[in-house]
Amino acid sequence: MSAEAPHVKGGLGQSILRKEDARFIRGKGNYVDDIKLPGMLYLDITRSPYAHAKITAIRTEKALKVPGVLAVITGKDLAAANLAWMPTLMSDKQMVLPTDTVMYQAQEVAAVVADSRYAAADGAAAVEVDYEPLPVVTNPFKALEPGAPVIRTDRKEQSNHIWHWETGDKAGTEEAFRSAEVVVGQDLYIPRIHVSSMETCGCIAHMDSVSGRFTIYMTTQAPHAIRTVYALVTGLPEQNIRVVSPDIGGGFGGKVPVYPGYVLASVASIKTGHPVKWVEDRSENLQADSFARDYHIHAEVAARKDGTVTALKVKTLADHGYTDAAANPSKFPAGLFHIITGSYPFAKAFVEVDAAYTNKPPGGIAYRCSFRVTEAVYTIERMMDILAHRLKVDPAELRLKNFIPPDAFPYKSALGWTYDSGNYAGALKKAMEIIDYAGLRREQAEKRRRGELMGIGISSFTEIVGAGPSHTFDILGLKMFDSAEVRIHPTGKVIARFGTKSQGQGHETTYAQILAEELGIPADDIRVEEGDTDTAPYGLGTYASRSTPTAGAAASMAARKIREKAKKIAAHLLEVSPDDIEWKDYAFRVKGVPTKSKTMQDVAFAAYTNHPQGTEAGLEAVDYYDPPNMTYPFGSYICVVDIDKETGQVKVRRFVAVDDCGTIINPMIVDGQIHGGLTMGFAPALLEEIQYDENGNIHGGSFMEYLVPTAVETPHWETAKTVTPSPHHPIGAKGVGESATVGAPPAIANAVVDALQPYGVEHIDIPIHPWKVWQIIHAGAPKTG
Amino acid sequence: MAVSARPIAPAASLSTRSAPVVRIQVTVNGSPISAEVEPRTLLVHFLREVVGLTGTHIGCDTSHCGACTVHLDGKPVKSCTVLAVQANGRQVRTVEGLEVDGKLSAVQEAFVEAHGLQCGFCTPGMMMTATALLARNPNPTEPEVRDAIRGNLCRCTGYVNIVKAIQLAGKKMQANPTGPGGSP
Amino acid sequence: MIPPAFEYYAPHSVDEAVALLRRFNGEAKVLAGGHSLIPLMKLRLAEPAALIDINRIPNLSFIQEEGTHLRIGATTRTNDLLDSELLRRSYPILPDAAQEIADPLVRNLGTVGGNVCHGDPGNDLPACMLALGAELVTVGPKGSRTLPVSDFYKDTFVTALDPTELLVEVRVPKARARQGSAYQKIEKRVGDFAIAGAAANLLLDASGRVETAGIALTGVGPTAILASAASGALVGQSPDDQHLGHAATLAGTAADPNSDLRGPAEYKRAMASVLTRRALDRALARARGGG
Ligand SMILES: Cc1cc2nc3c(=O)[nH]c(=O)nc-3n(C[C@H](O)[C@H](O)[C@H](O)COP(=O)(O)OP(=O)(O)OC[C@H]3O[C@@H](n4cnc5c(N)ncnc54)[C@H](O)[C@@H]3O)c2cc1C
Ligand code: FES
Ligand code: FES
Repeated sequence: MSAEAPHVKGGLGQSILRKEDARFIRGKGNYVDDIKLPGMLYLDITRSPYAHAKITAIRTEKALKVPGVLAVITGKDLAAANLAWMPTLMSDKQMVLPTDTVMYQAQEVAAVVADSRYAAADGAAAVEVDYEPLPVVTNPFKALEPGAPVIRTDRKEQSNHIWHWETGDKAGTEEAFRSAEVVVGQDLYIPRIHVSSMETCGCIAHMDSVSGRFTIYMTTQAPHAIRTVYALVTGLPEQNIRVVSPDIGGGFGGKVPVYPGYVLASVASIKTGHPVKWVEDRSENLQADSFARDYHIHAEVAARKDGTVTALKVKTLADHGYTDAAANPSKFPAGLFHIITGSYPFAKAFVEVDAAYTNKPPGGIAYRCSFRVTEAVYTIERMMDILAHRLKVDPAELRLKNFIPPDAFPYKSALGWTYDSGNYAGALKKAMEIIDYAGLRREQAEKRRRGELMGIGISSFTEIVGAGPSHTFDILGLKMFDSAEVRIHPTGKVIARFGTKSQGQGHETTYAQILAEELGIPADDIRVEEGDTDTAPYGLGTYASRSTPTAGAAASMAARKIREKAKKIAAHLLEVSPDDIEWKDYAFRVKGVPTKSKTMQDVAFAAYTNHPQGTEAGLEAVDYYDPPNMTYPFGSYICVVDIDKETGQVKVRRFVAVDDCGTIINPMIVDGQIHGGLTMGFAPALLEEIQYDENGNIHGGSFMEYLVPTAVETPHWETAKTVTPSPHHPIGAKGVGESATVGAPPAIANAVVDALQPYGVEHIDIPIHPWKVWQIIHAGAPKTG
Repeated sequence: MAVSARPIAPAASLSTRSAPVVRIQVTVNGSPISAEVEPRTLLVHFLREVVGLTGTHIGCDTSHCGACTVHLDGKPVKSCTVLAVQANGRQVRTVEGLEVDGKLSAVQEAFVEAHGLQCGFCTPGMMMTATALLARNPNPTEPEVRDAIRGNLCRCTGYVNIVKAIQLAGKKMQANPTGPGGSP
Repeated sequence: MIPPAFEYYAPHSVDEAVALLRRFNGEAKVLAGGHSLIPLMKLRLAEPAALIDINRIPNLSFIQEEGTHLRIGATTRTNDLLDSELLRRSYPILPDAAQEIADPLVRNLGTVGGNVCHGDPGNDLPACMLALGAELVTVGPKGSRTLPVSDFYKDTFVTALDPTELLVEVRVPKARARQGSAYQKIEKRVGDFAIAGAAANLLLDASGRVETAGIALTGVGPTAILASAASGALVGQSPDDQHLGHAATLAGTAADPNSDLRGPAEYKRAMASVLTRRALDRALARARGGG
């Protein structure tokens, strides 16, 4: 920005420092476990060692003898209050505590309330439970075989099949495949992974029996939705429920669901009249909180010999664990999986998904992505590479040949999405230039001659975020709008409240920047608040990169409503007609006489001290923004890997990420979001996975086995941008928190597979462990060509 | 709900009342703190719940994440894997001890300026490790920084800006060793 | 996760510590760095009646050469191995291994004695001590004894140490001219326990042939494994590609790995060979005066 150009301090496009940091760097953040209320009790949970078993007895005597233990809650107690089961967002139901059967290892079996954290832990260890093991099913294919043990005997279907969903033109797609010149197909498994935000989940529930007020401090990404769900489930009057989402130590989707622990703490508080704190351990978090992915995908692409793609066919089996508790607010059971046509103009496509129950905890939450978008992007970007391999063309060339061209937007995909804007070739070409793609290919050819293994992988993803238009998105009927309430004080300072909830994204800063831009008030003078349902306007929360597309848009719209009114006051102050006033360069100016002007601060003071007759005093507005469409961020990533032939170890040497998230509010924060997202894309590509053995024992249930990347193996990310604004968002922004998590895994997988081309492989399932690479290298001598 | 015969009342401290306790004295951020604790009390719980300094966080139960990092006699350690009794008679410095006389340390300043934090949960531990690193090596290379923080996990930032922040803090210290933020 | 309750003692002398161990007769555990023990107690996989904290015993933390040996005190911290000029110069295998252990925070507390006594096949120092031909000096109710590390590891978490005994120091034969040692490890993620690790220690004679050799493995069996056949095959030989390769192959044969999340057994066995070769190459370069 040139020094001359008019700007407001902290407006759009400026890398201002974050307002929230002041407390975090002093250790003065206020996370749920930091809150201590007078008279607070602690809750700990006894969990099942079995993945599937009948509970024949629960003995609480020993636990109750532990000094400090006050009560033990079991499923029977909850059943009496009709609270043993709770509804999920997917019209399924989930146990709070089992009355007779546990369905996954580490499932909650009993809750112990004590006067200290340590006593609660001792009590939980002292609860004695007798189990009768039942046959375990952890493989969803086996779960659907005839004669498989039925997990959910409570359902009238008496089957492990949950639902079938399909979309697209089946007949047309089949026809396109029949006439295709080339068809490639591949099975891809995307394993279970866990968001592992550094803060685990927890709450403090407090029922004040005198006032009837129920307050819950809770690690939730969606406080308002929780309040309404609580009101509906418990029957407590909604005005008496207050949900406070304090500082959140990372969410990434894992803090959207309602977990049994929250309900147990609530019940314990209602029963005891004391505040009750429950904070889970990391192992509980990894073993029992909702998971992401677990999709078994078969994909086929039809193309012409020249590489032009024509049709896509995908058949998927989704493993949901013992209940479908997906945190998916769309009307599609597989979320937005049908973004799977990606950046390419497939004329025909057909997608079908079946969902199965297994003896695992609930799956189906996001892992820093919109609902099932990562699965979709991984599939299509891997398939494009497989096609390139089969046709012996360069994967960059194949993509450039096929991309939906910039002039085709808004573009309607074969599966029904209307992409708002894009310039896919622009992003890929920029990435190729930064990384010197041609040079890398030369280096690779050279190394191949010497027998060294180096690979280059591309991913040109299209995201779909910003849930969302109310016709398609709701949580139990609550439409997926979001909100901003903006109030300008007499001195021209602002307080703004939102229905979303930051978990590290920096809303206190970026929302202030949007408002600064719209109101001409420096961001420093704008205070942003979220997370307290008593004060914030109703909203659906923060996940799926929806905050900027929805609440960010609401901020703009609320500010513009304020400007409408302010214009009248300015006209009054300038003694001209409102029609003669324009908002230009951050002030109300008399048309043609730009020096005659009033700032928003002038107007604000007047709004309380000198408002014109016939106008209400005050200067504030609320906006509930229901976006007309989703936004479609995109980008192209290029990854370079080197492989140690003897050990199979993969090292990411370089990774260039070119992102396009439309208008950029704060470049520093956007880059930070991309760095973090890339790392959460790197993780499942090379390190993270949760497995279950045939007895349903979890592998990866603690940080000992669940390998979150450290600074050492995480690449030094290189980032760049193109800017293609969203035509329907008030400031053209698209949302960026998750693009990189979605885009990175296929770039890395493609690079590894590319490095192993001499061995003729077309696919390796992620995470790509050293031993998998070693097995390929040692399976046979390199083929020539 | 099965209820114990005892009246429901919270305990005075972390420990259950009947367990044997030992008296310890720990100097926390320069102030001597004396308290009775159960031997099994973890230092992190002592700091958070007895001393009331909640800036030191708990991110795991297997000593992997480093959210709980504090200095014990000047060296960074994982306070979830130290017993409070082990700190008896010793010096502990926490994130709350980084700011001195209202002046942020170089590391604190640099974390803000380089956007080295997002959700802030790993940040106190990360800054304590960084502070110890810079005290030994004020001009670390990127690989040295990355190696030094390998016991501190961050889920939000992807580390790039944390590395930058630590290197920036080193430069600040060297440029102005006695000024605001001059100490690590 | 909260450890179960226990009694706590912080003796100020070895004798006092041994008396306490004797009093609890197997029910007490020594607390050194605590970075294996406390995690186990949090998981309630270990529930000792008492902890005997040896960190307040003076003179248990040192690294020094004396007479025919290098002596390392039991409570010497893992990071001290990295910082020691003496070790970097003459016993580089120990700083090699220390750099691979966990992370700098863990290493600030974890001790050499704890790493050696814990009996986890994933610990990195046991293989180093095996390759170096170290001895352990312990004190128990019956007095002091010295036993070779090669007799120490019985099974996973089972060692020759009596529960009433305290390890006080590790003794390594003093390094000589033309000696070189190295440690190599691969892991899935930095700081994780090894997929496999290999320790090598070579002494060359004046003609450049191998005079003595020590090779040992981490993470590929129920305990750290001394690969005697591999080292035996080198003695008296010229350390050329063929002999080093042969020794590496034999080391792979000595491995006895399980398949687990770190990889299938065949992979780990192959890695034992690959890493042995790399460690031997490095040790040889060092024996010849290189890095
Ligand atoms: C996150 C993490 C990662 C790790 N990664 C690695 C790794 O990669 N490689 C590796 O080698 N280690 C690793 N460790 C283990 C770490 O090195 C431990 O410090 C070490 O295993 C034990 O040493 P300690 O001093 O902490 O022993 P403690 O935990 O105090 O004790 C361990 C055991 O040894 C006994 N003991 C200790 N000292 C004595 C003594 N002097 N006499 C008799 N008995 C004694 C104790 O009673 C106990 O049974 C890791 C630990 C953590 C937490
Ligand atoms: S809390 Fe994770 S290492 Fe201490
Ligand atoms: S900033 Fe969130 S974990 Fe590091």
